[in-house]
Amino acid sequence: MIRPNSEEELAGIVAGAKRALSIQGGGTRGFADNATGERLTSAAITGITLYEPGALTLVARAGTPVEEIRERLAKDNQRLPFEPMDHRALLGTTGEPTIGGVVAANVSGPRRVMVGAARDYVLGLRFVDGRGTVIRNGGRVMKNVTGYDLVKLLSGSYGTLGILTEVSLKVLPKVAASATVVLKGLSDAQAVAAMAAGLGSPFEVSGASHNPGTGETLLRLEGFAESVRYRSERLAELLKPFAPPRIEANPDAVAKLWAAIRDVTAFAGKDGDVWRLSVKPSDAPALVARAGAKQALYDWGGGLVWLRAEADTDLRASLGAFAGHATLIRASAETRARLGVFQPEPAPLARLSAGLRAQFDPRGILNPGMMG
Amino acid sequence: MEMPKPNPDVLSKKDRIVSRLQDALQNGAVIHDESETRAYECDALSAYRCPPLCAVLPSSTEEVSAILKICHEEGVPVVPRGSGTSLAGGALPTADAVILGVARLNAVLETDYPNRFIRVQSGRTNLSVTGAVETDGFFYAPDPSSQLACAIAGNIGMNSGGAHCLKYGVTTNNLLGVTMVMMDGTIIEVGGAHMDAGGLDLLGVICGSEGQLGVVTEATLRILPKPEGARPVLIGYDSNEVAGTCVSDIIKAGVLPVAIEFMDRPCIEATEAFAKAGYPMCEALLIIEVEGSPAEIDEQLAVIKEIARRHNPVELREAQDADEAARIWLGRKSAFGAMGQINDYMCLDGTIPVSELPYVLRRIGEMSKEYGLGVGNVFHAGDGNMHPLILYDANKPGDLELCEAFGADILKLCVEVGGCLTGEHGVGIEKRDLMTVQFSPEDLEAQMRVKDVFDPEWLLNPAKVFPLASSEARRAQSGEAA
Repeated sequence: MIRPNSEEELAGIVAGAKRALSIQGGGTRGFADNATGERLTSAAITGITLYEPGALTLVARAGTPVEEIRERLAKDNQRLPFEPMDHRALLGTTGEPTIGGVVAANVSGPRRVMVGAARDYVLGLRFVDGRGTVIRNGGRVMKNVTGYDLVKLLSGSYGTLGILTEVSLKVLPKVAASATVVLKGLSDAQAVAAMAAGLGSPFEVSGASHNPGTGETLLRLEGFAESVRYRSERLAELLKPFAPPRIEANPDAVAKLWAAIRDVTAFAGKDGDVWRLSVKPSDAPALVARAGAKQALYDWGGGLVWLRAEADTDLRASLGAFAGHATLIRASAETRARLGVFQPEPAPLARLSAGLRAQFDPRGILNPGMMG
Repeated sequence: MEMPKPNPDVLSKKDRIVSRLQDALQNGAVIHDESETRAYECDALSAYRCPPLCAVLPSSTEEVSAILKICHEEGVPVVPRGSGTSLAGGALPTADAVILGVARLNAVLETDYPNRFIRVQSGRTNLSVTGAVETDGFFYAPDPSSQLACAIAGNIGMNSGGAHCLKYGVTTNNLLGVTMVMMDGTIIEVGGAHMDAGGLDLLGVICGSEGQLGVVTEATLRILPKPEGARPVLIGYDSNEVAGTCVSDIIKAGVLPVAIEFMDRPCIEATEAFAKAGYPMCEALLIIEVEGSPAEIDEQLAVIKEIARRHNPVELREAQDADEAARIWLGRKSAFGAMGQINDYMCLDGTIPVSELPYVLRRIGEMSKEYGLGVGNVFHAGDGNMHPLILYDANKPGDLELCEAFGADILKLCVEVGGCLTGEHGVGIEKRDLMTVQFSPEDLEAQMRVKDVFDPEWLLNPAKVFPLASSEARRAQSGEAA
C-alpha cells in the first residue's frame, strides 16, 4: 500500500508512477476493489485546516476521518447536512471512513431528499490529476460560479479523474429536535404515495423511507422543538388516510431509526448481492416487483432503492430499460467484473465520460476499469 | 474589453450560411438584416456591443441540432442566448458569430407533483416556471433579481442564484436533468427525474459552463412545496462591523433564514430617495426573512431578535402584516433601480467569507475615496455574496475605464481574503481577464480540457470565461483569425 503523507508527496508519486494505481481513502466502501493496480491511500493526508462556524465552513484534507470532522463540528453544535452513509456494516469492511472517500463516491444519506447530496455541500477541492499536477477548483465560499464547476465533476468520480487531497465543505447547525411519523402495513405503492404526500407538503420532511420487511413507512421532521411538534402533528393528520400514524418523538429512538436506514443495516450480515437503484420515486414499486429480489429498502421517498438479490444474478437484465441507474454495491469480484459495477451509459454520454477521463488521466493509471 | 477579430472566411460566406440556416428553419427564424441583428448586439452588460453575423430563433431541439450541425460544418462560432440579461457579457457576440436565441422554446413539457419536478423548454423565464406550479402550492427556488425576464437556459449557463439561496441553494442544486445539443448536432440526455448521476456527474459541470459545452434546450427542475408563510424583519445598526457580527451570530445560533440581505448607508440613502420604503438612516441595514407557520416564524424570529438586540440596533422592525412585509422588501428590491437614478453604475458580484465582511467593506470605502467614485453595497450577507455598485458617468471620457479598474481592485480583494470573482453572475467577458488572479495556469488548463471534450473545435461561445491569451491556441485551430 502506497501511503503518501502530503499532497506534494502524492503528486510526485503519481507523476512518477509506472503502473496503474487503485485508489482508496479508508477502504471501507470497497470501491477500490473494482480497479486493478497498486493500492494507494490518501488516508495519511489528514487534518482539519480551517473551521469557521459563523461562516458554516470547514476545510479538511482528504484523509481526515469522517468521525473526527463529526466530533469537531459537534463541539460547535454543527453537522454534515448530507448525512453520509457508513458502509462498514453492509460490506463487512473495517477501517476508518475518510472525508475524501465520502466526496469521491458522493455518499449522501436520507436527508438528501430535502437538503441535497454530498456534492451539493462541497464548496471547493484540491486534487492530483493523472499527470501528477495539483489542481484547485471552487473555494471556501458559499456562492461561486467562477469558471467551470469541477467540484461537481470530481464528486462521485471515484478517483478516476484525480485523487482528492483537500475538500472544503458547507456545514449546517445541528437541529434541536427531531421526530418521525410512522405508518404501518402499507404496500410499496401506498408507501411511495404516502411519502410523496409528505414530501409535497410544506412540513419540511427531511427523510422518507419504507421497509417492506418490517412494514414500516417513516417520515422524519427536524428543527426547533415547538416547530417539530407542530409539523409532526400536521403531517400525521395529512397521512391519516394511508394508515393510522404514530409519532415517535424520543430523540434517541429517532436517531437510531435513521442511522439504520442510512447504513442499510437491514441487509448487514445477510447473503446475496446488494444493488443500489436511483430512480424516479413513483417508478420504484414496479421496478422492485420486476427485480424479484430477496429484500428491498426504500429511501429518498422511493428515489433510492436498496435491493438484496440472489448472488451472481444480472439484476439489470430483470429490470429492463428504466429511467435511472443500478449500481452493484456488494458482490464477489467475479460478479462485479462480469456485470460491471456501474450501469452502462448511453453511447454519447459514455464517449464524453471516456473523453474526460482521457483528459484528466491521459495514461489511464487512476482506477482503470472502474467506471468504464 | 478585447474581443477576438472576426474570421474573414466566415464573414465572406455570410450569404451561404444564412441561406443554409433558412433552409433548415421555419420562416422568420433567421434574422440577418443589419437593422434587425442590432437587437442582439449586447446583453445587460451594454457597454460592449457588436452585431452578430445573424441570429436564429429555433422552435425545437431538432432545429437547434440542425443549426449547430450547419455551424459546425461551416466553422462558425455560436453564442447561445437566453433572454440577454447577463451582467457579465455572457451573450455578447462577435461579428462572425451566430446568436442562437432560445426565446421560442418556452413550453412547459411536464409537471409531476408526486415526484416534485417540472420539465420545461429552456427559453422559459424563471418566474414563469414558478407561475406554472404555484396555484398547486409549489415553487422553483432559485430567484435571480432578473427573474421576470431571465430564461432557464441562462440560469443554467451561469448557475444563477438569488436572494433565497441561503436556504434552497442555487441553480445547480435544483437542476435534475437537461436535454442538450452538442456543437456537432448530437442530442444528449443528462440526468432526469432521479436524484444522482449513474456515472460521472456531467450535469454538474454543464451547469455554470456559460454556454461553452452545449446548448441546453430542455431542463428538469426540482420544485418545492411552498412554505406556509414567510415574514421579514428589518434591523438597523450604526456600524457595518456590528451588522456583520450579528449575521454571523444568527447563523451560529442554528436558525437558517431563507434570506439575509445587507445594505450600507450610500445604498440606503439612494433607495430612500427613490422608493421611500421608510428605512432608518443608519450605516447598515439587515433584512432577514424566515419561513413556516405563524408559530414557527414567531419561534425563529424570537431567536433572531434576541441576538439582534444584544448588538444594540438603532432599529428593529418586524413586519406585522403583508403590507409591512412588502414595504420592508420594497427598498431592497428597488435598490439597483435607485442607484441607477443617481448615475450609471457597474454591479459587481464577488463572494467573500462572511467573517471578512467588515474588513472588505472598510477597504471598499477607502478605495472609493482613492478612485473618486461612489459605491453602494447591497448584497446577500448570509452567504457572503457581495454586490458593490460603483457609480460612474458613461458620458465622461475615461470614467468607464476608471470604474472598471476600481471594480477589478475590489474583485482582487475578494480573492485575496479567500473569496472568488463571481458568486452568481458568471465570468463572461467581464471577469475573463481576472481569472488568473484566482486560478493558476494548471487550474485553468484543467477547465479548458473539459471544453476540449465537449466542443473540440472551440466554436461555442469561445471568447468567454478564459483569458484570451490562455485560450488562444485552442481558438486558433477553429480557423479564427488570431
